[in-house]
Amino acid sequence: MDQFLQATITGIATAAILAVAASGLVLTYTTTGIFNFAHGAIGMLGAFAYWQLRFDWGWPAPVALLVVLGVLAPLLGVAIELVVMRGLHDAPEAARVVVSVGLLAALLGLGLWVWPTDVARPLTRFWGNEHISVLGVRLTWHEVVAILVAAGLALGLRALLYGTRAGLAMRAAVDDRALSMLNGARPHRSAVLAWAIGCTCAALAGILISPAIGLMHVNLTLMIVNAYAAAMIGRLRNLPMTFAGAVALGLLDAYALTYLPTDSILLAQFRFAIPVILLFAVLLVLRQDRLRGHAARSTREVVPRPGWSGSLATAALFVAAGVVAAQITSAPDAVAVQKIVAVAIIALSLVPLVGFAGQLSLCQMSFAGIGAVVMAHHGHGGDPVGLLLATVVAGAVGALVALPTVRLAGIYLALATAAFAMMLDLWIFGLRDFEVGPLSISIFGTGSVAVDPIDVPGVDSAHDRLVFLSVVFALLYLLVVAIRRSTFGQRLLAFKDSPAASATLGVNTMLVRLAVFTLSAAMAGFGGALYGGTLGAVSAQNFAFAQSLPLLLLAVVGGIGTAAGALVAGVLVGGLPLLVEVAPWFENVNRVLPGTMGIALGRNPNGIAHQIRVGLAPLRRQPALLAGTVAGVAAVVGLRLAEVLTGTPFALALAAVPAAGGLAAQVLAARRAAGATATEGPDDVPLEWAGIVRPFTAEEVATMDRVLGLERRPEPTPSLAGAPSGVSAPARTAAGAGR
Amino acid sequence: MTAATAPAAALEVRDVVVRFGGHLALDRVSLTARPGEVTGLIGPNGAGKTTLFNVVTGLQAPQRGTVLLDGRDVTRLAPYRRARRGLARTFQRLELFGLLTVAENVELAASVRGRRRPGRSADEALELVGLRDLADVRADELPTGKARLVELARALATGPRVLLLDEPASGQSEAETEEFREVLLAVAGEGIAVVLVEHDVQLVMRTCSQVHVLDFGRVLAAGTPEEIRGNEAVIEAYLGAAPGVPA
Ligand SMILES: Nc1ncnc2c1ncn2[C@@H]1O[C@H](COP(=O)(O)OP(=O)(O)OP(=O)(O)O)[C@@H](O)[C@H]1O
Ligand SMILES: [Mg+2]
Repeated sequence: MDQFLQATITGIATAAILAVAASGLVLTYTTTGIFNFAHGAIGMLGAFAYWQLRFDWGWPAPVALLVVLGVLAPLLGVAIELVVMRGLHDAPEAARVVVSVGLLAALLGLGLWVWPTDVARPLTRFWGNEHISVLGVRLTWHEVVAILVAAGLALGLRALLYGTRAGLAMRAAVDDRALSMLNGARPHRSAVLAWAIGCTCAALAGILISPAIGLMHVNLTLMIVNAYAAAMIGRLRNLPMTFAGAVALGLLDAYALTYLPTDSILLAQFRFAIPVILLFAVLLVLRQDRLRGHAARSTREVVPRPGWSGSLATAALFVAAGVVAAQITSAPDAVAVQKIVAVAIIALSLVPLVGFAGQLSLCQMSFAGIGAVVMAHHGHGGDPVGLLLATVVAGAVGALVALPTVRLAGIYLALATAAFAMMLDLWIFGLRDFEVGPLSISIFGTGSVAVDPIDVPGVDSAHDRLVFLSVVFALLYLLVVAIRRSTFGQRLLAFKDSPAASATLGVNTMLVRLAVFTLSAAMAGFGGALYGGTLGAVSAQNFAFAQSLPLLLLAVVGGIGTAAGALVAGVLVGGLPLLVEVAPWFENVNRVLPGTMGIALGRNPNGIAHQIRVGLAPLRRQPALLAGTVAGVAAVVGLRLAEVLTGTPFALALAAVPAAGGLAAQVLAARRAAGATATEGPDDVPLEWAGIVRPFTAEEVATMDRVLGLERRPEPTPSLAGAPSGVSAPARTAAGAGR
Repeated sequence: MTAATAPAAALEVRDVVVRFGGHLALDRVSLTARPGEVTGLIGPNGAGKTTLFNVVTGLQAPQRGTVLLDGRDVTRLAPYRRARRGLARTFQRLELFGLLTVAENVELAASVRGRRRPGRSADEALELVGLRDLADVRADELPTGKARLVELARALATGPRVLLLDEPASGQSEAETEEFREVLLAVAGEGIAVVLVEHDVQLVMRTCSQVHVLDFGRVLAAGTPEEIRGNEAVIEAYLGAAPGVPA
């Protein structure tokens, strides 16, 4: 009984901290429509900042608290809203998640940069271990403070939301963002306030929880999953339900800690999986979301429908690049390039999912890990059966992850994938060999397992394998092209554009989402099995949640609508660590780079690849220049093969030749256009002169109306389909989901 | 048309209630649409016309009431299942798939229909609305009037039994509207039940055999165009305000 009471009290103290974290999350989500994946990272930074002031610089605790919670955290919140999130409310859901995940990656990297892991940082409880006894139960003052803070926050939030004008505006947004905006509210100020309060909540929770779990970057950042789960119980909206969810989680955690047998292999780490399992359970019972109509887009998205001849040529180019790379690399370098190609293969799995269907996965490396593990145990000697099995198992697991969320809005799928990745990290991937009935299951064994590279006749050296992997990448690229061209691909793009319209045409949108997620997981598992082969031995770290984030971010930055995004992700994820080996100073930059790029470019759906394509486009129309450029590239490669040009000069020359070709073509095209303008007849004025030297045509007026979103409609009506709640009223009128 | 000769209703809506928070958007609305006829649905802005379409297509769950397709209760059915039973619609705020070409938009609809139901091929549907030469244009590059026609073609390519059109003629010129009316009558002539929401009251009165008037979420009146024109309540609430309508 005493044990039970003790667990209950401890659980409530944990619940209090969770409630603080979760209410911050809910407040920002409801007020701004952006789910803050970086919430945990902000809490982590808050805890570290507090440690810095209080313990490293020896400031008195009240002063340190005041500075962190009263100044730094709110300022960070305001900065996030003003610099990162503003203008994102109208963006498609995928862009909002990508930017938010980018913030998570960047802040986590920043924490590692400023406070490197090589220093121990003890952070003691308030008042050390002093405690009081209630009903014979030990309660530390720290726990008392946590409970009081949560209670105070609950009362404070209530007073703010129900007692002030600012609160009224926020609450209107909480209740029905669409409606409040129709009433003329422009919730920018509410958003700034919500971010400031949200970040303060996160920092407060981080400071309170650090003594218990230690001042560790990743653990503190992942604490957020527990907050997700609590917030999910309140359907990301309802604050009282969120508090209730926090209590449930806190108690479950404490009871698990007290009563779970510690000698069982399976159950030892099970405690960490509880929030994730609860989160999935909640997903199962949530009511179905309304289908939304199409979202407003500020950037015109390009997902070209590639033709077969061009695609075959591109595939041939991939293979040729692989062959050349194999020619010019030493054996160790060939292995490094193999890794790049293998990562690119994994990243390719994101193209149908994210690029075509607009769904997000934050656990693609986890699927890759599953593939690698299966390959390790069933692909001895590079048995292709292992590869096949890896693909199938990863696909099946993917289907299980997606199944509970396909009825729900996109954010829930993203959350489920994050939760799944963390469950693997914290629990499954750490399991030693165990048995379930007749089945004996082995994952990473005692920490790492060997993976044999796939055995293909005639492929023996590292160089051969590099060529082989390039061929595999090229084939998978063609598979993605085939998907894009099929009716399934059309359905994916249609779903991304307008789930509501897809459904009213008879498309089973849930099945489409399930299918594409399964396919993508299977591709990732396939890629993971090959990646494992290039690594030789794999461990849980290779496939951690933190590895999935850069993959997604860089694929989006590269251009997720085409294979180019996958290549960029492969080169950067696989290649930047190589750069760190040469230039150690780059390590810290590399920590924040993917996140920063995600923040900066995540809202552009087309990515770098599109910019490059646009830049090179004029080249195609100038055969002479094109031939010259190709010859130039061939010459550079030839010089490299002859070992005349090597190392950095070679790399620079390889990049410079096409760039120069593209530039020359653009200059020429501009000249030609200028010449043409001069001879144009009066009817055919350049577009920018239309309306000045002659009236606009009806067609032009219609185009302008459409582009500007000015459908001539007498008054705004809210959209049917509960469109992403982050849409501003004018944009919503333009978007007018589902009508 | 008398009750005795009237064919069975293809679409029947009974006593539908929809509430958004405290706002009663639909208050016990009933409506019937018969095969081969164009049924009009008019009413001022915010009357609840689009909301009713959303209820019928399953995008919005009603608090009360039933929706029957060919006599079968579909109120609890998912939107895509209703579509597969022959329900199609267009959207007031365009919902074309902007990333796809015009042809792909319509092909998608035809491919979902499959061979289970008869219906137009994508080509025929585009032909009917006269947009074959725009087949390879990306859908988000079309002007509004043309885009509405593509939505119509897309809905037709599903081989519908019931077709709901939400302000399909807005953004069209007078000549285009006339052409559109011809298409509409031809479609209805094939035995499709068409429900037309339109602010152009003239067009509705000339085209529809039955007209329902919605106001503040309630059916103010229902009947033939002549009956509606003569209805005191309708004139007071709606028609009186619409210029150019002979009351
Ligand atoms: N998702 C929603 N949430 C809250 N209120 C809504 C929602 N959708 C519609 N409404 C309200 O319901 C009422 C009916 O709207 P609806 O769009 O059905 O009208 P309508 O007759 O189609 O008008 P219009 O002629 O402008 O298209 C309006 O008052 C509108 O504000
Ligand atoms: Mg409407």
